[in-house]
Amino acid sequence: MPSFARSLSLGVAICFGSAAALTAPAHAWEPTHPIEIVVPAGTGGGADQMARAVQGIVTKHKLSKQSVVVINKSGGAGGEGFLDVKNSKGDAHKLIITLSNLFTTPLATGIPFNWKDLTPVAMMALDEFILWVNADEPYKTAKDYIAAIKAGPDGKFKMGGTGSKQEDQIITVALEKVTGKKMTYIPYKGGGTVAVQLVGNHINSSVNNPIEAVAHWRAGKLRPLCVFDSKRLDYHDKIAGNMSWNDIPTCKSQGIDVEYLMLRGFFMPPGVSKDEVAYYVDLMKKVRETPEWKKLMNDGAFNQTFMSGDQFVKWVADAEKLHEGLMKSAGFLAKK
Amino acid sequence: MLQDIANLFHGFAVVAQPFNFLLMVVGIVLGVIVGVLPGLGGANGIAILLPLTFSMSPTSAIIMLSCIYWGALFGGAITSILFNIPGEPWSVATTFDGYPMGQKGKAGEALTAAFTSSFVGALFAVIVITLVAPLVANFALRFGPPEIFSVYFLAFCSFVGLSKEPPFKTIASMMLGFGLGAVGLDQVTGQLRMTFGFPEMLNGFDFLIAVIGLFGIGEILLTMEEGLSFRGTAAKLNPKVVFQTWKILPKFWLLSLRSCLIGCWMGISPAGATPASFMSYGIAKRISKRGHLFGTGEIEGVVAPETAAHAAGTSALLPMISLGVPGSPTAAVLLGGLLIWGLQPGPLLFVEQKDFVWGLIASMYMGNIVGLLIVLTCVPLFASILKIPFSVIAPIIMVFCAIGAYTVHNNTFDVVMMVVFGIAGYFMKKTNYPLAPMVLAIVLGDKAEEAFRQSLLASQGSLSVFWSNGLVSTIMTLGLIALFWSQIQSGWNRLRAAHKGLRPAE
Amino acid sequence: MSESVNEAGGAGPSHRGVEIGVAVAMAILALIGIYGSLQNGVGWGPDGPRAGFFPFYVALIVLISCVVNLATVVRRMDGTKLFAEWGQLRQVFSVIVPTAIYVGLVPYTGIYVASALLIAVFMRWFGRYSWLVVALIAILVPILTFLTFEIWFLVPLPKGPLENWLGY
Repeated sequence: MPSFARSLSLGVAICFGSAAALTAPAHAWEPTHPIEIVVPAGTGGGADQMARAVQGIVTKHKLSKQSVVVINKSGGAGGEGFLDVKNSKGDAHKLIITLSNLFTTPLATGIPFNWKDLTPVAMMALDEFILWVNADEPYKTAKDYIAAIKAGPDGKFKMGGTGSKQEDQIITVALEKVTGKKMTYIPYKGGGTVAVQLVGNHINSSVNNPIEAVAHWRAGKLRPLCVFDSKRLDYHDKIAGNMSWNDIPTCKSQGIDVEYLMLRGFFMPPGVSKDEVAYYVDLMKKVRETPEWKKLMNDGAFNQTFMSGDQFVKWVADAEKLHEGLMKSAGFLAKK
Repeated sequence: MLQDIANLFHGFAVVAQPFNFLLMVVGIVLGVIVGVLPGLGGANGIAILLPLTFSMSPTSAIIMLSCIYWGALFGGAITSILFNIPGEPWSVATTFDGYPMGQKGKAGEALTAAFTSSFVGALFAVIVITLVAPLVANFALRFGPPEIFSVYFLAFCSFVGLSKEPPFKTIASMMLGFGLGAVGLDQVTGQLRMTFGFPEMLNGFDFLIAVIGLFGIGEILLTMEEGLSFRGTAAKLNPKVVFQTWKILPKFWLLSLRSCLIGCWMGISPAGATPASFMSYGIAKRISKRGHLFGTGEIEGVVAPETAAHAAGTSALLPMISLGVPGSPTAAVLLGGLLIWGLQPGPLLFVEQKDFVWGLIASMYMGNIVGLLIVLTCVPLFASILKIPFSVIAPIIMVFCAIGAYTVHNNTFDVVMMVVFGIAGYFMKKTNYPLAPMVLAIVLGDKAEEAFRQSLLASQGSLSVFWSNGLVSTIMTLGLIALFWSQIQSGWNRLRAAHKGLRPAE
Repeated sequence: MSESVNEAGGAGPSHRGVEIGVAVAMAILALIGIYGSLQNGVGWGPDGPRAGFFPFYVALIVLISCVVNLATVVRRMDGTKLFAEWGQLRQVFSVIVPTAIYVGLVPYTGIYVASALLIAVFMRWFGRYSWLVVALIAILVPILTFLTFEIWFLVPLPKGPLENWLGY
């Protein structure tokens, strides 16, 4: 029954969506003033880039009669942005783009917010994580690197990452479980900085997203060891030398049983109607069809899963449980 | 090398296409507007205008965006000089002497000096980029957390030290600034600090809110106390002011050169324009013969920070292009733009996208020259803003201050804080608490703390990391020398005086 | 705050009183800072200082400086020097009060309406301009601002009932 209800509501959403796309009938909801996309992170980061890409695509292809406005609310690890959307009950002209701080921020800081306070719209893509080392290091595979960590004392290997108690550090803790050795985790402000710190040998490894490190990989400065996904990346173009994204093995195959993907999706404030959500689901579908979007996905080697409706809700609920478990075992939960 | 020059000329040819040239002019004008309107600023302005450029070719787009960047750099000085409201962190040091100059009726001179210095700084940096890009690009790689911390340390030390105000007031003011800067999320542990459960406090106190309040609103209150007028109204509008100022400026060539070098260094080692401007101002104050008059409206006090800030702002684009590390928030947004156009910043950009890179460098030259011409012709116009009666301009400034404070985090609480800072600024100024150290601490404090703690994480708690290699030791030593400069200088003077048998000069 | 009279005959709060006030206000902030950082842990952990370490010592230094400043004021400063005359302070407050009201209004009326009111009050009250000029500037400036921010640069600013009614 639940699966039937899910597929039904999904079907309804799609019907609404495609109907709106074709004829825009009078009963379908349309925005009446500019649409705001809240970015719970600073300007220049991955979420910000994606929000601005969506803004540019919607504007260029005239996908919406109303303009799209992007605003950054990065205070308190994005908590400010989430609280703002949570408190804009019923505002159908507001979207928020999420990164993992949708889960990590309330857990780590105790900011009174949960994704259930929002209305899920759609998953646009999943961002991959890759284990990188400096190309001058002797480790050719993840197995070599793990063996080196195991052989060294606690804290010898330095892992750089974005932010504290967020996705990068969660992966680091998971790695520590595999190796049984502590790593020294050093938080930086942005992924680009982390990649450069790795090139400059100030840290030993990073778990950068593909787009953050690809330039240094191509320049022969960094080496990808493995990808934290269940399967290899589905991009076969040669990137560096004769390597493509697809040539990077999964971490699991290297004996590191860690999987982690970061949600890039849209949510709306609570208390919005089905029609309003359907409008945005449809809008995002149209965005995904554009060549600009496809190029962005290709450049960043994103996992292009798209979800909306109940399927998305279920995914988010599972992801929250995963984060709670990981953060609890890492001791990252805020003291109540 | 010859190949590079050929490429550069090719770049000029690209930029000089009529369409690109038009974009350049539009970009500069938009940039100046963005720089003048508080709250838009370089980073926001570019982020906002970025989507406009998606339909252009990457080269045209970057020409337009980088011209917005130049325009915003030029524009930032205007409000600092006219209203004591710096729109960007690196314009703060410009207010120290720029605003008093405006008050003395020398707004035109101050603006001309600021624009010309920006130009000189930027031009110097572009030349550095053109000539030695491949050599210096990797310099930034040597900067890990300890090196970054040492640069902030040097910035603090070269700025603090000599202050006319009572030492304990200076210390209180500076430490309060550090404290305010620490409010919000702690980057290193992910803990919230001193927010006491108020969601409004999550953001902490952004420098812009503090500065708009302390300097901008505080100044309006002081003006009210002294009767209703900006003292600048006495300014005579003289269209020749640009040329008159230009006659004086060459005297400061050494100062300019030093500021250029400081700026380029700070820009390439991605510490950014803010420490560069403070450091340059502090060092100029120490070295200049008229140093004791700094803060009262010395033209050198405008030249030093502006030159350094723009040399840094420009050279910050080099690590951005070659490494993908933005040296400033604005560069970070430009970087986002590169990615959206499908260009991967990184070492290969110079090889694979020659048109783009050399077009960008050529647009730096052209953009600066065009920008300078545009803003200089407007100097009398800008200066005449001071002629608007106080009772009209004051509420308008207030409105723009409020907008500026709001747009920092899109939060009305920040507007309230701005007024609180304004009142605090009024009382602090009247009771001789210096505001500049406080602002410096708010601007750089949390960054310095972050770098310090990252260093200690890496060294597992050992302080020796700050003396672990030649680079970081040198910068730390320079910092210590700067900190004790006055003692060193007076010791030196005493030595010399003893030698000559004279009393040391005060 | 003790009152005093200076040679010129104007009356007002003494400079000394205000100095004490500022020092005490800073000391209170410092105490709040100390309290706040104690919650974060002020020690030196195995990997360097903890989250509250810097704020704690910074606040402590502020507190010490305030005590020194306070002592200096109490011991050295004579009580006859004026901070400002009452008339001057009235001027200052005549700016602070409308600004405070303005800031309070922004969340409810939006920034544009509130700005129009602020400009009007200022021009009429201090500038004594004719109503026509006042109305012209007070309405034009917010409209221009609206066009610049909302329409051209797509920066949303706080809006109220009026803007909603107009469809924004």
